Amino acid sequence: MTDLNKLGLAEARDLLRKGETTSVELTQSCLTAIDAAGALNAFVHKTPELAMERAKAADERLKGDDAPAMCGLPIGIKDLFCTKGVDSQAGSRILEGFKPEYESTVSQNLIDNGAVMLGKLNMDEFAMGSSNETSVYGNAVSPWRRGNDDAELTPGGSSGGSASAVAADLCLAATGTDTGGSIRQPAAFTGTVGIKPTYGRCSRWGVVAFASSLDQAGPMTKSVRDAAIMLEAMCGHDVKDSTSADLAVPNFEAMLTGDIKGKKIGIPKEYRMDGMPGEIEQLWADGTAMLKAAGAEIVDISLPHTKYALPAYYVIAPAEASSNLARYDGVRYGHRATLEAGDGITEMYEKTRAEGFGHEVQRRVMIGTYVLSAGFYDAYYNRARRVRTLIKKDFEDVFAAGVDAILTPATPSAAFGLGEMTDADPVQMYLNDVFTVTVNLAGLPGISVPAGLDAQGLPLGLQLIGKPWEEGDLLNTAYALEAAAGFVAKPGKWW
Amino acid sequence: MSIDQNTAAKVAKLARIKVEDDALPALADEFNTILGFIEQLNEVDVEGVEPMTSVTPQRLKRREDVVNDGNQQPKVLSNAPDAREGFFAVPKVME
Repeated sequence: MTDLNKLGLAEARDLLRKGETTSVELTQSCLTAIDAAGALNAFVHKTPELAMERAKAADERLKGDDAPAMCGLPIGIKDLFCTKGVDSQAGSRILEGFKPEYESTVSQNLIDNGAVMLGKLNMDEFAMGSSNETSVYGNAVSPWRRGNDDAELTPGGSSGGSASAVAADLCLAATGTDTGGSIRQPAAFTGTVGIKPTYGRCSRWGVVAFASSLDQAGPMTKSVRDAAIMLEAMCGHDVKDSTSADLAVPNFEAMLTGDIKGKKIGIPKEYRMDGMPGEIEQLWADGTAMLKAAGAEIVDISLPHTKYALPAYYVIAPAEASSNLARYDGVRYGHRATLEAGDGITEMYEKTRAEGFGHEVQRRVMIGTYVLSAGFYDAYYNRARRVRTLIKKDFEDVFAAGVDAILTPATPSAAFGLGEMTDADPVQMYLNDVFTVTVNLAGLPGISVPAGLDAQGLPLGLQLIGKPWEEGDLLNTAYALEAAAGFVAKPGKWW
Repeated sequence: MSIDQNTAAKVAKLARIKVEDDALPALADEFNTILGFIEQLNEVDVEGVEPMTSVTPQRLKRREDVVNDGNQQPKVLSNAPDAREGFFAVPKVME
């Protein structure tokens, strides 16, 4: 069988069960695809020996009748996850050479489930970015192009390597993380599926921290069914993360019936932004019509504080980042600056952090430092946390009124070209997350589903937002939307 | 609120990030752009609204106060840029 790397998780799982392929064959096929895709710069640390070792073990396990769902399935892991003995740099120079002595809970759950790690995936430095242009490894590149134009496009960020690798069939699926949209925006830009679960579903232990009250891991896959399979394998209670929810994990895949009759879908008027491209408006209207045709009831809703989500995020996330990133001091791991005679410990900290952190990370750490500093804490940080309470209440009110899920565009535009935003001020880049960041602030589950192509042939995604802990119901609505949208486009291979 | 070069230098110092003097004007400009964006929050009536401390209404888990880890000195030191005789080594802190 050829092109095994093009399979999704569910198809590959079923072939393995029927004995029609092996994990070794699947893994070899992906490793070959990865080696031929250097131009995408998606995999930044390859682990072929480890992958073949785990593939062989998975094939043994598959001979029994109790192999777990992900057994033998080759995947990529975002560089933000600590993986034992394997470089884990969070896309930053400051963690150059860092090989953790431990495995993150999420990646361990995937190992326990039999998944085969192919390597580590490119990302924005410390997950701060929306285009994968802040990475120490250089840009990840989207496999998609605008028609015959060979300009390189962003796969989105921060999980840009994950999105590029899944869209280009370098792996069957990948892990991502999402603090303000870092799973859903790249998924939308690359025609893939990405779900950020409810805050607390996935353990954050061993995932390099950016903004701890917002960070969640999730799967990036080729279909909604695959997202259900992989999310179930990733999540679950973990005593090592005190914010991890002690709740049973449902069989998400079994909840994919496609039946959404009578479900109430909210359309929030505040997401109709000034200057939104007509194609996004049309996509949203089409998606609404599809859900209605599938039997859902469409209701207009209001989330009045939406406008304040991004400014609140750009106080809270940098504040938490400035605290979390204080640990990079050149003492315990990673990079330490070369010191001059007479330099003391303060010079060591300052030079190490100036050399080790890229520009965007430095900027956010300093903004965070400022909003937390004496005299500004109340005016900025506490006010932002108050606004966050109001943003969450907006959603609670809507759900209390009987809405089951909310449909919005995933991004305000299709993917842009690498370098096109270089001269824009930082706020322009932040606007990429305008539709996704509310979901992190409210701790809710959100999923991006590919729903169409723009006039230049680039993918566009729709976002569904669900109630807390009801990922199963959300995935089912996404499954119905996916079926109705019938998105099958793939990027033409140029790399 | 406008940030001048002195404030930018102070913030850089607090964040323990070395910023050269000639980079300060551009840094102050960037801060002002971002803070200008954040100023929108002043439009919101937050009277009587509690600052969010936890996004999920769950009580934080507690565990028994017992030692459940340790004796991993080589592993703890394995990634250190400078480890000597079982310790992290740093430049002299006191004269």
